Amino acid sequence: MEKNLTYIALFAALIAVLGLVPKIDLASGVPITAQSLGIMLCGTVLGAKRGALAVLLFLALTLAGLPLLSGGRGGLGVLASPTVGYIIGFPIAAFVTGLIVQSWRAPILPVAIVAAFVGGLVVLNLIGIVGMAFMLGKTLPEATLLAAPYMIGDTIKAVLAGLVTQAIGQMRPDALLSRG
Amino acid sequence: MLTLTSPIETYAHRLPAGLKLVLLCGFTVLLFALKSPLALLCAALPLIVGIAAAGRSFATSSVRMLRPLLPFVVIVALWHLITKDPFGLPILIRMITAVAAANFVTMTTRLSDMIAVIERLARPLAPILPPKALALAMALTVRFTPTLLARAAEIAEAWRARSPKRPGWRILLPTTLAALDDADRVAEAIRARGGSA
Repeated sequence: MEKNLTYIALFAALIAVLGLVPKIDLASGVPITAQSLGIMLCGTVLGAKRGALAVLLFLALTLAGLPLLSGGRGGLGVLASPTVGYIIGFPIAAFVTGLIVQSWRAPILPVAIVAAFVGGLVVLNLIGIVGMAFMLGKTLPEATLLAAPYMIGDTIKAVLAGLVTQAIGQMRPDALLSRG
Repeated sequence: MLTLTSPIETYAHRLPAGLKLVLLCGFTVLLFALKSPLALLCAALPLIVGIAAAGRSFATSSVRMLRPLLPFVVIVALWHLITKDPFGLPILIRMITAVAAANFVTMTTRLSDMIAVIERLARPLAPILPPKALALAMALTVRFTPTLLARAAEIAEAWRARSPKRPGWRILLPTTLAALDDADRVAEAIRARGGSA
């Protein structure tokens, strides 16, 4: 009971930290923020329910006025901005990611990579793009064009999430609540 | 940790948080119902007056809070100039006004008041989400974000001391492990003090 609570709270803090850590530069110099990596890790490590709860906790504090979103954004304004779809998509992405890890009992590395890809890239971008199309009055293909450049980084993040999840499984097997 | 609440005490700080949130909802719904640029500007007028009435430095930081919208404003403006489609203007006015209104509420409401609203809204969920657990979880996250941030900075520094390369993604695993270990220790500490439920 206590462990569930502290894991959810600490992973909510981890999402914030990954968004605040100055951008992680990848090989080609594509500057990406690691925030959606935090979302993926919530799903792969904590599982569907706890992962989604950690993201909801993070969002509640962000909307309440803490500048925890990447770039120091926060407050109620994010709900009215074009990126609102990504905000709504965050907990759903963590849930889907966790659900895949929980129910697909194959070796953790490929499962976690696929789960992070499906949840953190496919599901998150689907909702994010619909939101952007609505807020900016664009068609879905036009909004997809705006989101496309970020998907390269998201693919790399899904692989990183898988590697980190595998390492946690080896170093702290008890902590992998999604497989517990 | 710094919040987005404005340190400049304004008249709006004294209004109850619930009232401001209800007004904000109504205002945002109204903005999305209006279609013509003129009607949208009329709706934006009381907001502009309200922000201006809070003083010059408050108004300046309100404008600064709108900066994340800039890339979208540029994209939408360019798009509609190139396609000669006049519908870009209402979209831009609506977006900026809605975000400015939401920011106004955030800037004039203390974090503790906002958290009180969240706790009140979550009360019907009490059977599945005990209010005490929610309060403890929020407090833990607020407390551990700066702690974990400092830990990530330490790990990055340790990396730099050993390698000429930038730390980059390699600090990811140790930072996540730090979060897990902290979570285990805090869980133990809570249990030792009588548990969370």
